[in-house]
Amino acid sequence: MIALLASLHYARWALSALLVVPLAGALAIWPAPAPAAKRIALWVAVVEFVVSLGLWWAYDPAMPGMQVGGWLPWIPAWGIAYRVGIDGISLFMVLLTTFLMPLAVLGSWSGITRREKGYYALLLVLATGMLGVFVATDLFLFYVFWEMMLIPMYFIIGIWGGKGRLYASIKFFIYTFLGSLLMLVAILVLFFNAGRAAGGLYSFSYEHILRFATLPVSTQFWLFGAFFLAFAIKVPMVPFHTWLPDAHVEAPTAGSVILAGILLKMGTYGFLRFALPLFPAVAMQRTVSAIVVTLAVVGIIYGALVAMVQPDFKKLIAYSSVSHLGFVVLGIWALTVQSVQGALMVMINHGISTGALFFLVGMIYERRHSRLVADFGGIARVVPAYAAVLTLVSLSSIGLPGTNGFVGEFLVLLGTFRTHPVAAGIAATGVIFAAAYLLWALQRVIYYKLDKAENRSLTDLTGREWGVLVPLVVAILWLGLAPGPVLRRMEPSARQFITAVRGRPAPAVATAASPGSQRAARRPSASSDGASSGVVADAAVPEAARQASAASPSREGAAAGARTP
Amino acid sequence: MLLDLDRAWGLLVAALPEVVLTVWAMGLLLHAAWHHREPGAQRRSAILALGGIALAAAATAWLWASGARVGGMAASLAVDPFRFAVDLIVLLAAALAVLLSVDYLEREAIRIPEYYVMILFAAVGMMLLAGGEDLFVLFLGLELMSVSVYVLSGIDRRSPVGGEAALKYFLLGAFASAFLLYGIALLYGATGTTKLRLIAAQIAPLHLQGHPMLLAGLALLLVGFAFKVAAVPFHMWTPDVYDGAPTPVTGFMSTAVKAAAFAALVRVLLEGFSGVHLVWEQVIWWLAAVTMVVGNLIALAQRSVKRMLAYSSIAHAGYLLTALVAGSMAGAAAFLFYLLFYTLMTVGAFAILALKGRGGERDVLIDDLAGLAESHPWLAFGMTVCMLSLLGFPGTAGFIGKWYILITATGGGYDVLAAILVLTSVVSAGYYLPVVMAMYMKPRSHDLAHAGMLVPRLAGVTLAVMVAALLVFGFWPNAALAAARAGSHAFLPAGIPTITAPVPVGN
Repeated sequence: MIALLASLHYARWALSALLVVPLAGALAIWPAPAPAAKRIALWVAVVEFVVSLGLWWAYDPAMPGMQVGGWLPWIPAWGIAYRVGIDGISLFMVLLTTFLMPLAVLGSWSGITRREKGYYALLLVLATGMLGVFVATDLFLFYVFWEMMLIPMYFIIGIWGGKGRLYASIKFFIYTFLGSLLMLVAILVLFFNAGRAAGGLYSFSYEHILRFATLPVSTQFWLFGAFFLAFAIKVPMVPFHTWLPDAHVEAPTAGSVILAGILLKMGTYGFLRFALPLFPAVAMQRTVSAIVVTLAVVGIIYGALVAMVQPDFKKLIAYSSVSHLGFVVLGIWALTVQSVQGALMVMINHGISTGALFFLVGMIYERRHSRLVADFGGIARVVPAYAAVLTLVSLSSIGLPGTNGFVGEFLVLLGTFRTHPVAAGIAATGVIFAAAYLLWALQRVIYYKLDKAENRSLTDLTGREWGVLVPLVVAILWLGLAPGPVLRRMEPSARQFITAVRGRPAPAVATAASPGSQRAARRPSASSDGASSGVVADAAVPEAARQASAASPSREGAAAGARTP
Repeated sequence: MLLDLDRAWGLLVAALPEVVLTVWAMGLLLHAAWHHREPGAQRRSAILALGGIALAAAATAWLWASGARVGGMAASLAVDPFRFAVDLIVLLAAALAVLLSVDYLEREAIRIPEYYVMILFAAVGMMLLAGGEDLFVLFLGLELMSVSVYVLSGIDRRSPVGGEAALKYFLLGAFASAFLLYGIALLYGATGTTKLRLIAAQIAPLHLQGHPMLLAGLALLLVGFAFKVAAVPFHMWTPDVYDGAPTPVTGFMSTAVKAAAFAALVRVLLEGFSGVHLVWEQVIWWLAAVTMVVGNLIALAQRSVKRMLAYSSIAHAGYLLTALVAGSMAGAAAFLFYLLFYTLMTVGAFAILALKGRGGERDVLIDDLAGLAESHPWLAFGMTVCMLSLLGFPGTAGFIGKWYILITATGGGYDVLAAILVLTSVVSAGYYLPVVMAMYMKPRSHDLAHAGMLVPRLAGVTLAVMVAALLVFGFWPNAALAAARAGSHAFLPAGIPTITAPVPVGN
């Protein structure tokens, strides 16, 4: 497979193709007749998925850095270029996106009846935006994609959403916009700082900025704040989460799936890629770290508790997202290999399980035009297949061993316990709460008496709905039973992330040289400052990889041991 | 090409665009006077006006391309890329105003062919403003522009609000001119000259940095300009005047008038007073901050589209002021870039509004656009692009412009002002998005809600080109960036004047 891909020069065009194909698809929908729109969208999404599958092999787990790149000049005057690449973190985000897109199209098949062309075109543009966020290695490009996906989602919620869609869509837009614009200013400050430190070599390249940015901690604090706000709103972390229930509930099914499955991950991805590696001194500062960990734990518990009392099934799932994403943030800030890998796993799992839950709610809503838990009861007798899938997916969302949900949350708790035992202890109760709210809701929906007449005539899953659910169920079981290959691919990048955050010295030392000093004099000192992330880190790659491969069997053994029920 | 402005020939070449346009405008005036009541006169005047604008633009482009510059003593007319760039933007705005007015005037039954003459005279005034290196030339340009625009804003004599707008604009404009004139007098008292380059040269040797008369003169000058660019707290006239004037005129006022006044301000500050940057930096900082905050917040409360756009143009004056604070060449380049695309997006928005409305469009509420996407998908698309561009959303030229301003602000160390700019931009999402929301997400009030909205071919083509430019330059801004940078080279540090040496002005 690797040889085949190499013969196609796959690494050269893969990422760019992933970005261009959906846009081309969106343009192709334009002149097409309305009924053909969804077919075109489905084909494009399937092609995307097939193309992206090659990344699984093209990505070399032995190298933690950016791979499968692409580069084109864009605005040379400002050091902006089209730069893309993936590492072990973005690889899975890309695969998750391309995996969910065809399902999202299929899941909208009968639900979207008005203005179909616009809907599917926007869905495809959204795909480009999301993939762009995950593959961009130029901060300007990243920002453009980050904003670009906002517009299609805004329209998808606002045009095809539920009753409160206008309010939900503008709230979603303004929340995200607020965070991202402050991030924009922070990016610019970084750009100038790195450019001056590099002796007048200005570039928005991620690696360039990572290597040369040397700001005093007091400034870093503000910049970290800007990045943190942008990502924390997107995640969403607790005080910034109020847009989420509105947006999730009002969005059409596919919108909710994409919101929960992919858009929320952009926040945690941003933490992993930008907020922590760029400002490790601030992020790992005791107070900041304590605040973030507290917010994460509060999110876990609060999300679960609020989910428990929701009468609306969709809102229940929306709040459960707040809880799940709390685990991700906790895992990232715990900064151990297991916890970071666990966080990545939760990101993937949450995309699959919560995506599946939203699909299931959407399916029952299409039949019954209600999402209230109280309107159902005993439907397992009428729609047994639906009930079985719903049970399985719920169990995976709870984190039952043998499903994907278990692996991620277990790893997060395991890793966190080493650095933040108290937080891990409290977070563990979140798993219990999750069991409580989901099982309770499950009980009320599919068990009990079949006492409502409308529910007697419900029809079971159609072939198309099976087509949406089967891949998700397969993914749930596969990731639950054999997460090894996935974990192996993540590990070097997770390790590199930890070294980057841990290993960077506090940059107060680095500000000694004045920004205006000579380039020749500046260069060596700058590269030694950025040692862990820059030049020296590249040399240290095989070393880290070897350690990783030595460590992995024992940990996987531990995971496997705990997995047996 | 080295021009000697002390000789008639040199002066004529240097002022060629203005001369061409003035002569043309006078010819057009005669034509309008002779053929006043003929049915086709108005449309013919428009075409002739476009011809004059094209000639003036060609003359400007020729001067720019030939690398014309001034040798010898400090002159009263600048011959540098900044002037040419602003001239071209002004001429573009004038051409757009003419193009969009043709069908509008016929629809609104305003049969006054002199309308186009006024646009041409206003453009001449603006070009003088952009090129004046002597405070008196600036004042001359300002008055020529203002008087023409007073007339334009009240051109619809049957409309009481139009009359109110014209009168208000005239009174407050005269007030502002008085401030400006008094400032010029004080500056003359302090430095003994009205030529910008000589003023700059006098400041250091005469130790005028803290001289009260110089500072008072500068302050009055700033007040006068702040009136003209509608910066808070000198913006009170703007909403009523923009609201009352015919919509194409409003578009012209909020772009070209602002552009020219701003260009003069840039020239005065960067060329004449770069030696006292520390003094005016604070003033402009606060003007920019207050203008952005107040403009955006009040715009948020507007329900009429036209008034919303009026306040939004105040907010944009704040963004342009932000580009100025650093007093750098990059700031001037960002200013030129932003100005060009601000012109396109604002005129675009006003043009679409003009298609929707009847009788001055004062009553078109944001909700009246509901469902426009269903009946007029292309117009809705164009309006969306204009709104997103005004918002500064990636993919549109407005974003690149805002980004450029942010770059100059953060590069100059004004991080707080940059933060204010982005935060107020978030506020602006609160009034630009409802327009998009109304068009796409709300149903039409009734099936024939937009039935009367016809798009004349001329306006349609003009709009399409503008929207396409906003998108193309949003993705690929390199050419416009290079032009903006070339325009800003007028303020090369080497170009800071000395009386003895000839002034090198690169391009």
